[in-house]
Amino acid sequence: MMEYMSRIIVPILNGTGVTLQLFFITILLSIPLGLILALAKISKFKFLRDMTGIYIWLLRGTPLLLQLFFVYFGLPFIPVIGIRLGRFTAAAIAFILNYAAYFAEIFRAGIQSIDRGQYEGAKALGMTYWQTMRRIVLPQMVKRVLPPVSNETITLVKDTALVYAIGLGELLRAAKQIVNRDAITSPFIVAAVFYLAMTFVITQIFKKLEQIYAVYE
Amino acid sequence: MKMLKATNIYKQFNRLEVLKGISLEVNKGEVIAIIGPSGSGKSTFLRCLNHLEIIDKGVIEIEGETMVSDDDDGQSQYVPEKEVRRICKKMGMVFQNFNLFPHQTVLENIIEAPVIVNKTNKEEAAAIADELLHKVGLTEKKASYPSQLSGGQKQRVAIARALAMKPDIMLFDEPTSALDPELTGEVLKVMRQLAEEHMTMLVVTHEMGFAREVAHRVIFMDDGEIVEEGPPQKIFGSPSHERTKAFLNQIL
Repeated sequence: MMEYMSRIIVPILNGTGVTLQLFFITILLSIPLGLILALAKISKFKFLRDMTGIYIWLLRGTPLLLQLFFVYFGLPFIPVIGIRLGRFTAAAIAFILNYAAYFAEIFRAGIQSIDRGQYEGAKALGMTYWQTMRRIVLPQMVKRVLPPVSNETITLVKDTALVYAIGLGELLRAAKQIVNRDAITSPFIVAAVFYLAMTFVITQIFKKLEQIYAVYE
Repeated sequence: MKMLKATNIYKQFNRLEVLKGISLEVNKGEVIAIIGPSGSGKSTFLRCLNHLEIIDKGVIEIEGETMVSDDDDGQSQYVPEKEVRRICKKMGMVFQNFNLFPHQTVLENIIEAPVIVNKTNKEEAAAIADELLHKVGLTEKKASYPSQLSGGQKQRVAIARALAMKPDIMLFDEPTSALDPELTGEVLKVMRQLAEEHMTMLVVTHEMGFAREVAHRVIFMDDGEIVEEGPPQKIFGSPSHERTKAFLNQIL
């Protein structure tokens, strides 16, 4: 019995490792990229605003699965730059680019929700635009975007299952392989428990962050 | 040399003319109260002085340095942004809605600009903040967040925050208008104290008692123009314009 359990758990743990790697690399890179896009979206340069708008429209307007296919299967066929990426690299690039677009809109809305008076107060004290952003606006934005960012982060955990489609051995794929091999369905339950455990941890982290930021207001 | 000199200032908002040729000279240590009905352009004028609004035409000089002037075509031309910022630093401003930074404590609000803008070291800035907090009577609120303060306390912190940049001129934009009546006194007391220390002050206000007792000169504005100006005894005692009389009758 114990031996059989380990024959289920070990591959699922390995799959979870891939899932977590994809999750962390996406979070770590899409949040800063999203912030840069948000600042570009409200820039005083129209060209920059327009380009960012098109980028966000494309990435939010097409399925993530399609973007994943495009990066993995499509890129090699593009003339001149055509490159074949490894499965994980392709998945990470598609996820980062896609999630950055969603984060960009969340951050933009957060920045624009900050009262004009804050900018005026900072300006009257001699602060530049970037000093105002860095010291006054962005720190207040963080508090306001915590709930939507928490949502996106939970969605991301589950979206990682999409990379199954390009044959990357993540959690769901590991479970499905055992189901096929042993003709049992319990690995799906185990996989569900793993997803629930990950989203539980994320929920707790964001709850803690909201408590920390509740110190003012 | 004048502390502040504004000449023939014009300003429109979407074709609505808000300032129609305002001129004003302010001497060192002078306290000026700007009064007038709402919509008369008095707040806009104050905001133009420290570049919160861009003027369409006119000249603004702060302590002899030109911030904006008209070019040959009569279009207003500001000096480069960096210069504007340097010139505006000679002025501190206090807003009707305080505009304190809610994510920072009282102390952090006060040392923010000295540390970030002037690169003063933190200990030095904190020592100055302590003095200023003592001056506005809020030493014990140093570690509080703005949301934990009353309106009057917030405004006193805002005054301390502006003073921390060591301005030569203080601009007050209806500093007591957002306060409950019983809280205006503590703010006016701090302003009175500043006046006694010979701070140069421009105060847009509805507090006629303050204008009468503290101001050296009262400016009455209506419909984008300075209708009348003079010492408070003259403006409140024997105003010479009908519009001034009508306004004072209405509010006194």
